Amino acid sequence: MDESTDKNPIEDPKRRDFLKLTATSVGVVGVCAAAWPFINSMNPAADVMAVASIEVDISKLEPGQSLTTMWRGKPVFIRRRTLEEIKAAQDTPLSTLPDKQTDHDRFGKNPEWLVVIGICTHLGCVPTERKNMAPAEGGWLCACHGSRYDTSGRIIEGPAPRNLDIPNYEFLNNNTVLKIG
Amino acid sequence: MIFVSIFLLALTTLGAEHAPIPPKQNWSFASPTGTFDRAALQRGFQVYKQVCSACHGIKYISFRHLAALGLTEAEIKVLASQYQIKDGPNDAGDMFERPGRPSDYFPNPYANNKQARAANNGSLPPDLSLVIKAREHAANYLYALLTGFKENPNFKLSPGQYYNEYFPGHAISMAPPLSEGLVTYNDGTNATVDQMAHDVTTFLAWASEPEMEQRKRLGLKVILYLLVMTGLFYATMRRIWKGVRK
Amino acid sequence: MKILEWIDHRLPVVTFFRKELKDYPTPKNLNYMWNFGSLSGITLLIMILSGVFLAMNYVPHVDMAFDSVERIMREVNGGWLIRYIHMNGASMFFIVVYLHMLRGLYYGSYKNPRELLWILGVVILLLMMATAFMGYVLPWGQMSFWGATVITNLFSAFPGGESIVQWLWGGFSVDNPTLNRFFALHYLLPFIIIGVVMLHMVSLHRFGSNNPTGLDAKKKDKIPFHPFYTIKDLFGLGVYLCIYAFIVFFMPNFFGEPDNYIQANPLVTPPHIVPEWYFLPFYAILRSIPSKLGGVLAMFGAVFTLMVLPWLDRHPVRSARYRPIFSKLFWVLVINIITLGWIGAKPPEGAYLWIGRAATAYYFIHFWVFCPLLDRFEKAKGVPEEIV
Repeated sequence: MDESTDKNPIEDPKRRDFLKLTATSVGVVGVCAAAWPFINSMNPAADVMAVASIEVDISKLEPGQSLTTMWRGKPVFIRRRTLEEIKAAQDTPLSTLPDKQTDHDRFGKNPEWLVVIGICTHLGCVPTERKNMAPAEGGWLCACHGSRYDTSGRIIEGPAPRNLDIPNYEFLNNNTVLKIG
Repeated sequence: MIFVSIFLLALTTLGAEHAPIPPKQNWSFASPTGTFDRAALQRGFQVYKQVCSACHGIKYISFRHLAALGLTEAEIKVLASQYQIKDGPNDAGDMFERPGRPSDYFPNPYANNKQARAANNGSLPPDLSLVIKAREHAANYLYALLTGFKENPNFKLSPGQYYNEYFPGHAISMAPPLSEGLVTYNDGTNATVDQMAHDVTTFLAWASEPEMEQRKRLGLKVILYLLVMTGLFYATMRRIWKGVRK
Repeated sequence: MKILEWIDHRLPVVTFFRKELKDYPTPKNLNYMWNFGSLSGITLLIMILSGVFLAMNYVPHVDMAFDSVERIMREVNGGWLIRYIHMNGASMFFIVVYLHMLRGLYYGSYKNPRELLWILGVVILLLMMATAFMGYVLPWGQMSFWGATVITNLFSAFPGGESIVQWLWGGFSVDNPTLNRFFALHYLLPFIIIGVVMLHMVSLHRFGSNNPTGLDAKKKDKIPFHPFYTIKDLFGLGVYLCIYAFIVFFMPNFFGEPDNYIQANPLVTPPHIVPEWYFLPFYAILRSIPSKLGGVLAMFGAVFTLMVLPWLDRHPVRSARYRPIFSKLFWVLVINIITLGWIGAKPPEGAYLWIGRAATAYYFIHFWVFCPLLDRFEKAKGVPEEIV
């Protein structure tokens, strides 16, 4: 194609290139804008987001009682700790913990209530509660590979690298309702 | 000759076994730039809740969807908690009922379709989530139906049926649901049959197409963009083709 | 670019695209009726893209299908948009393909040496029809179910038909096995269509595009596909998308049937079972023959007729521009097909039935009687020397 400059400004390659450039950019912007709804459709849908946070009635839990609820497809352990359990957690020296977190770091705002995601941080099994034990021996044990968690949900022995994760939560209605997520 | 007979034929389709075509109403949402009248939506929801929900479900609507009507999160929470939602099984293995949450959907008035039929003379009150899209003539039809209960002009009806001007076949199993002053509107509007029919139709139009306003807004932007893009392509095309002799 | 050269040396994609897409010599006198091929291809891609994203949320089970579609409409981000794009895209696909075919019919693009190109096109049409038919069943509305029931029941017309139909259904009526397999096949067929489209393109490039004069274009009358026809196709795409977007955003249920927003009920048959508009002419042909088997044969015969058209119309002049009788008969055929479409939506009784029968007869007469006769008796008029 002949690209030589003509006297006619319409034939001027520079003007043609500007037009081509504009048209191309506008086209590309359109394609990107058109791609967005498709990509966004893969984000969690409204009904999934609606249960992204849940409210749990904790009014019936006495100290020393737990309940397990499902949140975002995962089990969440909620435990109303006894004073001895709290003390045992707070008194544990950090040096004995692989993942050093104080109980205050974890549940300082309301130490009576423990809220953790019930998934072992090793390879994802659900630990079981160690019942009927002395407060210092309480906590959870993961049957899969033997990870043991204390009364604060912290890893004390076994292959798990991290303490049990804590979701975002807040208390409503005078501590009778726990909102998770 | 063929065209004349085709034309005459077309005329014969009118008033066949179909009901008459419902008259056109003015709907705030009808035009390409139309939106839902929020006040009408709220009144319509009130009509649905107090009148229609006794028999008709609206199963694709969740309480949280009502934010589109202008309800606040707190109001929705309260509204939801007034409903009992089936849940379970509990640890004893039983199904139970619990107060509704915003994420729940409106419960069905009946446990299942058979129960619905048993309670309604063998007829099944349809779910209303899609009623506007599921009827030819859409909102105009629903309004005409709700205001179309007339005295029976010697039309053959079975027991439990009522004459309706616009229902296909004219024999409908639903008793006239609306009557003057049946609902006391929260916003004080006078609850005539026409008003309630208009409002509940608006609400159901929203229920059938909750995305409508967003769809029209986005549509305007997309088409404007496309017109610009097409114009640019056209100009580029003319430049490129200039001088090519055909 | 060095990388492109490295790849091209081992897998000549760059050379391939330069030859077949960029430099590809195309007659310079093509009109806008030649835009519909690229529009068809792009619509196919749009359908596959929107379809895959719908499939991420759709559930092909009778208890959940309808609900899952409503979930897409109400809960999935932008789900209503993707669904309406797909639903109306089917109608747009048939609009552009029918116009593409009409171009072929008018300008004689099916004639020697392009007979196989045309046949491949008819194969694509058949695959599209199967895909669209199965796709319409998936939302599991009243029309989905009853349309599937009526059309699958057709196969009982053939000898041994009952077992064929049971085999199709995977049961004794249209039910869950049917829905599930229709979903699997609906997902599969478009990729087979892609394959046949590629054969279609290879076959096209063998002799190059036809042009409005129907004359073989000489080298001097050809221009490279890029930039001339890339930009023209882009402009055509712009116009097309404007129309498509207007439908999707402002009248998304125009082509649809309200009854399909009612969940399928095997106990209640809708008063009027109507297929989607693009099937209406075939539906009219089907119902115009009193015998069940006859109707099925006539319907498939209508498509088969298209396939053998290169041998029915062997007139030496390709383009209807220079065929004074054929060009008029072409428009009569168009009106005839529209009439068949109108009849397809009407109940098959009274005057409608007779008009439908007349229109069906005329369709076959056009191809099987008029075309061969014109071969012999039509004199061409005004055939130019060159294409410009």
